[in-house]
Amino acid sequence: MTATNLRDRVAVPAAARPRPFWTIPRRDALVGYLLISPQLAGSALFVLLPLGLVVYYSLQEWNVLAGTFDFVGGENYAKLLADPNMGQVLASTALFSAGLVVLNLALALLLAVLLNQRLAGTTFFRTLFFSPVLVSLVAWTIVWQFLLQQDGGVNGLLDVAGVEGPNWLRGEGTALLSVVVVQVVKNVGLNMVLFLAALQGVPRQLYEAAQLDGAGAWTRFLRVTVPLISPTILLTSIITVVGSLQVFAQIAVLTQGGPGMSTTVLVYYLYQQAFQFRHLGYGATLSVLLFLIVAALTLLQWRLRRKWVFHES
Amino acid sequence: MSRRVKLALYALLCVLCVPFVFPTWWMVTSSVKPISDIFAFPPALVPSRFDFSTYGRVFELQPFGQQYLNSLYIAAVVTAGTMAVAAMAGYAFARVRFPGQNVLFLVVLVGLLIPSEVTIVPLFQMFHAAGLTDTHWPLILVPVLGAPSVLATFIMRQFFITLPGELEEAARVDGLGRFGTFCRVALPLARPAIGAVAIFTFLHSWNLYLEPIVFLSTPSKFTLPQALTQFVDAYGSPLWNVQLSAATMTALPILVVFVLAQRQFIEGLAHTGLKG
Repeated sequence: MTATNLRDRVAVPAAARPRPFWTIPRRDALVGYLLISPQLAGSALFVLLPLGLVVYYSLQEWNVLAGTFDFVGGENYAKLLADPNMGQVLASTALFSAGLVVLNLALALLLAVLLNQRLAGTTFFRTLFFSPVLVSLVAWTIVWQFLLQQDGGVNGLLDVAGVEGPNWLRGEGTALLSVVVVQVVKNVGLNMVLFLAALQGVPRQLYEAAQLDGAGAWTRFLRVTVPLISPTILLTSIITVVGSLQVFAQIAVLTQGGPGMSTTVLVYYLYQQAFQFRHLGYGATLSVLLFLIVAALTLLQWRLRRKWVFHES
Repeated sequence: MSRRVKLALYALLCVLCVPFVFPTWWMVTSSVKPISDIFAFPPALVPSRFDFSTYGRVFELQPFGQQYLNSLYIAAVVTAGTMAVAAMAGYAFARVRFPGQNVLFLVVLVGLLIPSEVTIVPLFQMFHAAGLTDTHWPLILVPVLGAPSVLATFIMRQFFITLPGELEEAARVDGLGRFGTFCRVALPLARPAIGAVAIFTFLHSWNLYLEPIVFLSTPSKFTLPQALTQFVDAYGSPLWNVQLSAATMTALPILVVFVLAQRQFIEGLAHTGLKG
């Protein structure tokens, strides 16, 4: 609003004289266009153009090894529907994302609530829980790869407790779980920090009032804390869901999609098809599928926000 | 809080810490352990003696110094570039009025919906056609101008929206133009937001893995994450001791910077989440 007032005040005397071409609104517009031009050009060249191209490529049969590039219409999409691996890939992707999101948000919230208590040393613990976020991703993954081996550190610890651990990364049932846990421990610190910031914004009087009304700790958490931090829960869940669909390095390093295809999530399958088997057309088709899933999930969560987000700042 | 509750909370925190702290501890200590210690079962927490020889082998097996430099300079250029592009666009979308503003903002926002994995196939073809595969250009241009910088632009916009309008009015009365107001008034005030953008852009670039393995094929051009997976013997099995030394060198500098500046780090990131 103040910008308009300012414009009026400066522009009025100018109108009395012959109007110069470079009025303030025009100059503003020019500066605006100049300032956004790098980002806009980048979006056109590196976002919109490739997005159009990926759709176009998905209509081609394109094999780099054979050097063929032919228009085939919906054939790649028919192939997608008939792909015997697709069921497994989508199931792994869904399981992975669901496991990751649930574990990540639950653990992040638990840690944030613990660290929000009036305890000495919470900064120290906050630092410790946050530190894996900063360890380079592949370095972190390599260490866990070693720890999760048959005779690695995790089983060493279990051995001390008298339990014989499985070969985590080679077992059909445990590989996916292992990748999820490695990823959660790596990144949960980010969500924890966001939750901590949100918790610190909840007014203490509300807890005191609830306590006077006889609400126990659990009721206070469900009735006061959760509604008040629900915008943050929405934000973190969107970030985490979209992030979970992008997980690639961990799987490439830890399991290469195995054993069988139990950890072959969509992005990894896309990489294999496009860059290992060089089926670029089919890879593009898988990219379109990935885009549709991400877009649908984001929009769905955005829609749901009215239902469960208590207030929006 | 009673003492008993406090003790229980501390115990819980200590147990929960283990998976967060142990891997890093193990990585750093193992990098100076003799190989026999690395495979000791159960694992030794402290090295029985110090052996720094694997640090030398890291540099013998690969052009690791060059790869380190690649990662550092790429991350630095990407961070500086993203800060500039995002601050400019964020400011314009928040505070300058120009025709088509809302539509253009929506066009840019599409980038938020698109994980870079979706566009990797056409981007590879585009850079291939331009003769820029196996160079660092794709690793710099795409993050600075493409989808990854859109989040930064969004965060900057959210920040600039909160600036009081009187400041700009005062600047204008003092004779500053739009551009001058941006550089001399808005930008200095945006330091917390710019800091947050810098941190997560640097980390993002430092961790990038899919793009380097798709675009680069010459070992001397590799970045660190890609280089880390190359320390294998003739049969493809990892050389654990060498790999852990290389991993330590990759991870430790960032951790040290973090410990020194952890307040700004965490608050910067929390701030981003709230405003974004």
